[in-house]
Amino acid sequence: MTSLFKKFITLCSFAILLFLLGCSDTTLNNPYVQNEDVGKVIYTSFTERPKHLDPAKAYSSNEYAIIAQVYEPLFQYHYLKRPYQLEPLLAKSMPLVSYFDKQGRLLSKEALAVEIAYSEYTISIKNNIKFQPHPSFNTQLHKVLPADWESESIYELPQATRLLTSDDFIYQIKRLADPATQSPIAGLMANYIVGFSEFSNKQSALTKLYPQMRKAQRLQSENIIGVQKIDDQKFTIQIKGKYPQFINWLAMPFFSPMPWEADEFYAHKALEEKNITLDWFPVGTGPYFLFENNPNRRMVLLKNPNFHADYYPSEGSDGAREKGLLTDAGKKLPLTDKVIFSLEKESIPYWNKFIQGYYDSSGISSDSFDQAVSFSASGDVGLTDNMLQRGIGLQTAVTTSSYYLGFNMLDEVIGGYSERAKKLRHAISIVMDYEEYISIFQNGRGVPAQSIIPPGIYGHRDGEKGMNSVVYMWENGLSRRSINEAKELLVQAGYPNGIDQKTSKPLVLYFDTMDSGPDSKARLNWLRKQFNKLNIQLVIRGTDYNRFQEKMRGGHAQMFMWGWNADYPDPENFLFLLYGKNAKSLHGGENAANYQNSEFDTLFEKMSTMENTLERQDIINKMIEISQQDAPWVWGFHPKAFSLHHAWYKNANPNLMANNKTKYINIIPSLRKAYQSKRNQPVFWPLFLAFLVIICLLVPAYLIYRRFERATAL
Amino acid sequence: MINYIIKRLLYVLPVLVGVNILTFVLFFVVNTPDDMARMQLGDKHVSQAAVDNWKLQRGYNLPLLWNEQETGFAKAKKTIFFEKSVGLFFFDLGISDNGRDIVADISQRMWPSLAIAIPSLIFGVLANITFALLLIFYRGNFLEFGGLFICIVLMSISGLFYIIAGQYFVGKLLALTPISGYAPGADAFKFIILPVLIGIVGGLGSGVRWYRTLFLEESVKDYIRTAKAKGLSSLQILFKHVLKNAMIPILTGIVVVLPLLFMGSLITESFFGIPGLGSYTIDAISSQDFAIVRSMVFLGSFLYIIGLLLTDISYTLVDPRVRLD
Repeated sequence: MTSLFKKFITLCSFAILLFLLGCSDTTLNNPYVQNEDVGKVIYTSFTERPKHLDPAKAYSSNEYAIIAQVYEPLFQYHYLKRPYQLEPLLAKSMPLVSYFDKQGRLLSKEALAVEIAYSEYTISIKNNIKFQPHPSFNTQLHKVLPADWESESIYELPQATRLLTSDDFIYQIKRLADPATQSPIAGLMANYIVGFSEFSNKQSALTKLYPQMRKAQRLQSENIIGVQKIDDQKFTIQIKGKYPQFINWLAMPFFSPMPWEADEFYAHKALEEKNITLDWFPVGTGPYFLFENNPNRRMVLLKNPNFHADYYPSEGSDGAREKGLLTDAGKKLPLTDKVIFSLEKESIPYWNKFIQGYYDSSGISSDSFDQAVSFSASGDVGLTDNMLQRGIGLQTAVTTSSYYLGFNMLDEVIGGYSERAKKLRHAISIVMDYEEYISIFQNGRGVPAQSIIPPGIYGHRDGEKGMNSVVYMWENGLSRRSINEAKELLVQAGYPNGIDQKTSKPLVLYFDTMDSGPDSKARLNWLRKQFNKLNIQLVIRGTDYNRFQEKMRGGHAQMFMWGWNADYPDPENFLFLLYGKNAKSLHGGENAANYQNSEFDTLFEKMSTMENTLERQDIINKMIEISQQDAPWVWGFHPKAFSLHHAWYKNANPNLMANNKTKYINIIPSLRKAYQSKRNQPVFWPLFLAFLVIICLLVPAYLIYRRFERATAL
Repeated sequence: MINYIIKRLLYVLPVLVGVNILTFVLFFVVNTPDDMARMQLGDKHVSQAAVDNWKLQRGYNLPLLWNEQETGFAKAKKTIFFEKSVGLFFFDLGISDNGRDIVADISQRMWPSLAIAIPSLIFGVLANITFALLLIFYRGNFLEFGGLFICIVLMSISGLFYIIAGQYFVGKLLALTPISGYAPGADAFKFIILPVLIGIVGGLGSGVRWYRTLFLEESVKDYIRTAKAKGLSSLQILFKHVLKNAMIPILTGIVVVLPLLFMGSLITESFFGIPGLGSYTIDAISSQDFAIVRSMVFLGSFLYIIGLLLTDISYTLVDPRVRLD
């Protein structure tokens, strides 16, 4: 037994030694491998693997977090100026827009939208912009890959680069139109870009005729009539009619330049079998390039050595200087050398690692909200003492999003435009206490919506002028109308105390949702409680994602909750959600409530082609008033984003439109190192304590064993 | 025995066809190809033309099981079922619906899963057997009651609690291991300590009680009394005789799961950021990626059958009385 005991002790010592050897860092809990933090590194995460990193396909924020740092479109949103302002990025200047009538005659800038047959955007691009180093520019690799190349990294192949030309933008627009690409905006762009649909049809035909034809060759064999090259630095895009919002699309990754060589290179079957495709390994001109892509573990961006001259802005609004956001003014971008995105599916480990200093910034989940944020007696938001001691900073911003409860306007009970139906909807709008909802379910992170347009978007009005008078009144500030007023409206609608006067039966309404699970149960109970205030019976019809979408497309849902995030900062991108020709069940558009009001539609058509003038504001005001009176939505709320940053993470500024924010971020590695060392000193004594406890347990066990072995049978 | 193995391998084919049909029917009862297209294309600006184009590009524009527009064998061949299923029987798993090579994904993700699963299984079984034998040894003693009480406590705690508490105490308070993360090669060591430890502790309660039941049954048999009468020490009796004779049920439990080890663990991998296969199928189900779902179900059932076969073979190794004919 003694020798067995010795063996056990030796084994334990060996295990501890191995453990200490394996973790030879000063901080044993460092979740990164050694020598990885050379230079300035940003540590961040992703919760699910992106579906696409091809700019023609990607359309989600988690995809943009990567590709907007690699690809660059023609324009970008100024990082510090508010309201959001577009500025050239790869373009030399803002585009020259010309208008033409049906006969092709040039019209003046003031021409009415109805006179304009098409608009022409003439775009000049900057000189001497180079693509990142990439093997696709090594044309010898297009035909055959080196026989001895067995690596998983394409950056071990010989690389090259070339200058950006207008052909690369044109090629990307062709990719958008190509049915094989399956771009989510292909259908939308077919409505605007001249010749887009025709090109798409020709590509389909070519694919059928010559299935073996290489993609780059196929796309280059035809041209889009409305997209013309003038020279290597200039090209034009023709748009049907007038569509001022088109420039916002040009600021999205969809319109980033794509070299034809990329399609040629990635056509190798051997690469496809290793999941090395253009959809996973981008080729761009941006401040970083994607060096490592394991979407199941991590993605690593490295500074692009060929990145063009791009400098940190030297002016901004909203007290940018006072906030220290101009400290790096004039410095060449990007300000960091590397960005590491690690997969972090669960919020608890992410939060703990942020507190340990292993992530630079964090959102705040409801689990950790109380640890991080405190509200003062006056309701002001602040950080807890624990966060302040750690030097963590808080930033808040109302997002350009709307979450709402929609009524199906085609429904016989809740929908329609009769006074009876309107008053029923008004009554429901009053009792839906979104202040309470925000307090319970959003930890106070939200602003009750007064209309469809969120703060930060042109057309939104604060204060009494922006108030929704159907639901609120102004008494030293916004004040929700009383439940009695709602009950009175219900009486006027013909449902006194929730009883339908026509049938003498209780009013039963249906709410369709795909929410399930314990979290949503509380939300659905809250919803029932709101309707109970009016004695209206609410039936929850839970369903899965597919059936819910099907109900919405068919116009079979009565009430539903939905949301919208802005594509670009223009009121058109919100008001179109109520435009009659976008009615979901009738035209397959994004108007989920199937709202149709001819006056609203006429105003929308006029407003959508206007510049941001006072006249446009007046029209928007009118549209908002009409929609508030018709109440196709309970306007819901605009969420507020809270984000925390460590002291070494500089220049963080909430910009809800820009996706390419990483290049502006600066890091002070010494501060991070000091924090990590201070906060992550390993504590060994519990291990020794546990060891002692085990020994203490072994002693009586051994004594019993010895007694048992020495005992006689009789 | 060779005849037996060949016979068993031939049984695999109809089982796999059945599993494949069942997966196909269950999947398409819930999801239509239109639903799959909409899921892949996203919520914004998706037109019916885009949906049709997606189906055409991915081969989901065909009828599900029977193509009336074709003639002869093509009626069955020109269908989604045939086109998407035949390759599986040649282990050609194809491309996922979002364009990734499934074999490449599996071969990349199985190693981290194995890095956690193999040590968890080995050390877990060793710990379970050791503690179970000790409980047998101290039968009727306060140590046995104490041990069984601890086992009940361990069994009563949710697996998720072990993970969160383990991360909190070991990773955060003691700062001894990373809370989550993974690195390939030798660097993986510091990342797998905590999940393996939690896996062992989490399984200890039920494992020890299960093995204890097996050993109890053996410990009252006649040959044990004979061994005692011969004067063998208690440890020799337990480790040489009881353990050896209780091997059949132990092997049944272990060998059958061996081929499935690489499939990973959903919760452990999610919380520890392990890039394994644990969430591969679940993610595919939620993103309605039929190509991955059918491949993983096919692979899972194939490996399970292989596991059962290996179990049968292993019986002959531990018990000379067993013959496979």
